[in-house]
Amino acid sequence: MPEAARARWVLAVATSVVLVATGCSSGGGGSSSSDTSKTFSYQSSEPQNPLQPANANEVGGGRILQNLFRGLVDYDPSTAKIRMQVADKIDTSDSQTFTVTLKDGWKFHDGTPVHAKNFVDAWNWGATTSNNQINSSWFSDIEGYKDVHPAGGQPTVTTMSGLTVTDDLHFTVKLSNKVSYFEYKLGYIAFSPLPDGFFKDPAGYGQKPVGNGPYQFVSWSHNQEVVTKTFPDYQGVDKPKNGGVVFKMYNTSEAAYADLQSSNLDVIDQVPPSALATYKNDLGNRAIDAPQGAIQNIGFTLYQSDWSSPDKAKVRQGLSMAIDRDTITKTVLQGSRKAASAWVAEGVEGYKEGACGDACKFDPAKAKALITEGGGVPGNKLTITYNADGGHKEWVDAVCNSIRQSTGVDCTGDPKPDFKTARAAITGHQLNGAFRTGWVQDYPLNANFLSDVYRTGAASNDFGYSNPQFDQLAKQADEASSVADTVTGYQKAEAVLPSGMPTIPLWYYRTNSGYSTKVQSVMFDSFGNPAWTQIQVKG
Amino acid sequence: MGSYVLRRVLQMIPVFFGTTLLIFLMVYTLPGDPVAALFGEKAADPAVVASIKHKYYLDQPIWKQYLHYMGNLFQGDFGTSFTGRPVTDIMAGAFPVTIRLALLAFVFEMILGLVLGLVSGLRRGSVQDTLVLILTLLVISVPVFVLAYIAQTVFATNLGWVTPTVQNSYDLSQLMLPAIVLGSLSLAYVARLTRTSIGENLRADYMRTAVAKGLPRRTIISRHLLRNSLIPVVTFLGTDLGALMGGAIVTEGIFNVQGIGNVLYRAINQKEGPTVVGIVTVLVIVYLVASLLVDLLYAVLDPRIRYA
Repeated sequence: MPEAARARWVLAVATSVVLVATGCSSGGGGSSSSDTSKTFSYQSSEPQNPLQPANANEVGGGRILQNLFRGLVDYDPSTAKIRMQVADKIDTSDSQTFTVTLKDGWKFHDGTPVHAKNFVDAWNWGATTSNNQINSSWFSDIEGYKDVHPAGGQPTVTTMSGLTVTDDLHFTVKLSNKVSYFEYKLGYIAFSPLPDGFFKDPAGYGQKPVGNGPYQFVSWSHNQEVVTKTFPDYQGVDKPKNGGVVFKMYNTSEAAYADLQSSNLDVIDQVPPSALATYKNDLGNRAIDAPQGAIQNIGFTLYQSDWSSPDKAKVRQGLSMAIDRDTITKTVLQGSRKAASAWVAEGVEGYKEGACGDACKFDPAKAKALITEGGGVPGNKLTITYNADGGHKEWVDAVCNSIRQSTGVDCTGDPKPDFKTARAAITGHQLNGAFRTGWVQDYPLNANFLSDVYRTGAASNDFGYSNPQFDQLAKQADEASSVADTVTGYQKAEAVLPSGMPTIPLWYYRTNSGYSTKVQSVMFDSFGNPAWTQIQVKG
Repeated sequence: MGSYVLRRVLQMIPVFFGTTLLIFLMVYTLPGDPVAALFGEKAADPAVVASIKHKYYLDQPIWKQYLHYMGNLFQGDFGTSFTGRPVTDIMAGAFPVTIRLALLAFVFEMILGLVLGLVSGLRRGSVQDTLVLILTLLVISVPVFVLAYIAQTVFATNLGWVTPTVQNSYDLSQLMLPAIVLGSLSLAYVARLTRTSIGENLRADYMRTAVAKGLPRRTIISRHLLRNSLIPVVTFLGTDLGALMGGAIVTEGIFNVQGIGNVLYRAINQKEGPTVVGIVTVLVIVYLVASLLVDLLYAVLDPRIRYA
């Protein structure tokens, strides 16, 4: 993981050693003795879906499920590298058939063992259309997915042919295509195992989940809090150093921040925009500023004749060069973002700084020349569509100002009332020109930022971008024999993007957060989540 | 009297149908697809979208959806939210919070508002009167969220008397501060209404008669003056109770009170038809009952008003 976070982590450990050695304790952000039986509270929002792993799509439910369940693998919070959890090893010789060996001794919170069939049953259940799971497309790599999840109508079978249980601790996964980095995907919450009891009453388990993770479910007072406690039989490598997490529901980030300052709440999600300028002063060494695996882009409607001709790539490059990213991130966004120079977010495995090349550097003169060379922006007018409920107005206006001043192109923002309206317009191809888009990592690998967005016909390719060379390189990368080769393969594919410029990378997200005086050793991973189990509650 | 009440209750039935239909249509015409929005920034899977829509009856034409909803409603089923929770459960969790908050605010604004109005109305032009006028003007002109943030900063952050937000939404003592903020605007109106009303009635003929009869001042004020002056105030308070129940979104947000305002706000954002219609229907009924009570109170306050 990213330098800044690692540095802070090391620093925290170092101070704790010194303080323990000299027998000091301190308030503030320093370190003191901790009590492993005490719980801490975290800012949350009421889950929008039942608490089933394959149904976790928004942070409210997702963060809770992450703590209740552990999959075959997860990602080390400090390096973002993959590490084995329930899996002992995952072997493959051809990047298509994977043999999974489980560790013995893992248990669900109800005491039943975690066996191979718990994974296979859970995946089959999650993939089947009739179970209405939002994350079902995650299983689409597995052979037989189309049988349980046909394009239309209800499925006739409920098991995927690619999944075979060998014995209690072994199962094999056969994919319909080669995906060398499949194990990276397995860290996603949708691939969690489910206890046998779940399948008898999925709705009931959605209200009272039983998992195999470091924390077990205690209670859920709707709109108030979800209480968890440490699971004593947890077998993972990240044994909790606290007694549990209490997820307190907040309607606004301002309210959560007010509670954090008075230590009525221990760790927050993100500081509210109104406090961005002051939070480092308010919290001192309890403030957090860490990179996040997410990127903000401006996408183009390449399916429209106005933007489809190859010349227009130059216009898009020009527009990109007309945006003064450094100034906007520092002023309008108050340092909560970092100017982007690639399509893959910083801190992600395979991140290559400067992949966008000159096209992401601010150069008004060259911008103007490129736009003229490409035949100009249609009508000399550009509209950027965005959702007005996401706090995007300020930076869209700033980007437009930057473009207008640098090139004279009449750029204006086009707000849609809310997120779902904007999404409907984007996916319904009812736009004209440009729109706000972005990508938050599902797993910290560059393939996720590229394959899922820029491949011809990819589910999130809202631009209609299609480049045979990119598709070919991505295919080769998927078929590589190791994850390391996949990563370099996708870096090659990313190098194709500047020539077509389907989107303009703007900036990478950052986690601007903080914690109360009651906790210590708080660090955030590239998903923007704290390393839950490592947080210590002061004694 | 009895037949009047019965007539009023019967009038509620068409109003009930009208509002449910209107709200249902409004939610339906909100832009965007609520099921696709569940997928966030990711592309929505058409098969799952179709399956979820089928589950929630959203794949039917609007009139069928409405009939289906009303059919269930008469069996006591308010529908299910996307979280899989029945709407009745959601309301059972949030309404007690809002009722507590609204009643606290109501009691606060009523008692303090009447006292302030009485004091300043009886002593027009005095120092107290001027003070009340200035204070109420200040409260009316400052938006409620500014008041809320000031109260939060002063009483929680600076003085430390309370926690900045409500830790347990069912705890009356913690709801005091939000209730005072919520009720402060209406308090100002109540005080000013009472003041004006008392000022007018002081000059009425029956007041002169009462004074001429030699009645004690206390009796004159409580029996004659105050009772007659209360009619406009009661009208305002009655409608305000409904407003306090449904209109606390801003205050609930700042103090993190998990009441009906926030549930409704979230449901509208997510276009959750059953939740929105259920809550609004209950709010409409509260409003109707409150206005019926106000009308009945008129007769108590002024014996000249009779309902045959």
